[in-house]
Amino acid sequence: MDPFLTSRIVTDVLGGLTNGVIFGMVALSLVLIWRSTGVLNFAQGAMPMFATYVGFALLSYHFGYWACVVACVIVGLLIGGLTERLLVRGLYGKPEINPIVVMVGFLIVLEAVAAAIWSSFPRSLPTPFSFKDWQLAGKPLALSPFTVYEIVTALIVMTAVAVLFRFTKLGLQLRASAVAPEVSRLLGVRVGRLLTLGWMLSTVVGVITTILVASNLFQGLTPTVMDGIFAYGFIAAAIGGLESPVGAIVAGVLLGIINQFVTDYVNQNAVIIIALVLLIVSLMIRPSGVFTKRSERRV
Amino acid sequence: MLGANGAGKTTLLRTISGLKEPKSGTITMDERSLVHKRTEDIARLGIGHVPEGRGVIGEFTVEENLRLGEMMAKVNLQQGLDEQYEQFPVLGERRKQHAAKLSGGERQMLAMARALIAKPSVLLLDEPSLGLAPLVTAQLMHTIHSLCETSDLTVILVEQNASSALRIAHHAVVLHVGKVVANDAASVVAADENLRQYYLGLVE
Repeated sequence: MDPFLTSRIVTDVLGGLTNGVIFGMVALSLVLIWRSTGVLNFAQGAMPMFATYVGFALLSYHFGYWACVVACVIVGLLIGGLTERLLVRGLYGKPEINPIVVMVGFLIVLEAVAAAIWSSFPRSLPTPFSFKDWQLAGKPLALSPFTVYEIVTALIVMTAVAVLFRFTKLGLQLRASAVAPEVSRLLGVRVGRLLTLGWMLSTVVGVITTILVASNLFQGLTPTVMDGIFAYGFIAAAIGGLESPVGAIVAGVLLGIINQFVTDYVNQNAVIIIALVLLIVSLMIRPSGVFTKRSERRV
Repeated sequence: MLGANGAGKTTLLRTISGLKEPKSGTITMDERSLVHKRTEDIARLGIGHVPEGRGVIGEFTVEENLRLGEMMAKVNLQQGLDEQYEQFPVLGERRKQHAAKLSGGERQMLAMARALIAKPSVLLLDEPSLGLAPLVTAQLMHTIHSLCETSDLTVILVEQNASSALRIAHHAVVLHVGKVVANDAASVVAADENLRQYYLGLVE
């Protein structure tokens, strides 16, 4: 094959992978909440955004990057837990539109409050990794220490979530509380606490994603930093099947790669259109998601 | 617990387990009131409840269902699983299968095993024979009977199938629209012509 074309394809795949793992993480955090509480969390981008602002506010006191990351995670746990307890708890079992309206409202409030406190001006987060692409045969490779950091972090988070759900007692209880809360309680499972924990975990996945996104040289942290990414994460979750964490991740990664090829070969403006077409086609062919075993789902 | 549809049998069990608040009266176990306690705390006190329709989680494997039952027990998981597989060999054979693939009788066994693995002192069974073939029902009743005979377990069995329930029970209570109409030894209830005819639908 033409070496130029080969390197272009490699570059697209690598670039797409970097975006794709981010979409996959957003999709995963949506699936976590959907599976554990049956709520489609439209504030799934805004809650972590807020936590990241709070955590990185420490930077001005000369705390380092990693200390701020830890602070963001802790704030994320708090925001996730408090949101479930104070906002969402009363909405279980109500019509599905109720939590959606509440969470969309919460999204707007969080973005407005963040803009009021920190302004909507992009705030750059320092990173301990270089953005300089490595070279392959004299050409840049679309792969830098930062993108490796991004991909490795995403892999660690995804593996941790998979191990938690599949192999641990806690994961089994989380899954059981989601699908059969009453039976779980009859077996002594403290369902209420697990629902809170599900929201906390999901927000932490979101926080890590937001830090990766906002640390990017060309992005920076803004109140709406996650809006566009949330849309792609949502599409990935819907394509992968809201029930399936693995499906969400795979769909996210594929979507990232497809986006990159569309950007490169068609037009950047076509990206969201192609993504929506993919969503519609997949919903028509497999409404329950490409990766779920269940035959149908309420959409 | 016997009685027609709507007599309040399921409601009684759900009230014992804290899924419903009683309007009046008391529920005590070992001199401890269960009223106003949370369902999960009542379960942890040693009350196993196999709900109507069995409550087996279809998307979980047999073994995952059982592991869920073991959560709060202080028993060794593997030992607990082995005991249940010994009691219900078919579950051992199908441990890796999804519970949705089991037959009605197997699901009932799984639901019971899942409750038993936590070593409860009281087991509430809500219509275990519902939808099962007569032969399977007979086996199930035999299993329940031998459980009570070989351990300290107390079983509160809710049944519409009065004759097979009365055969294995020590004590029987007949409910009619929320009221107790009989409360006596099972043999006495079984022999009462009026009860048989009007409340239990047992006509020779």
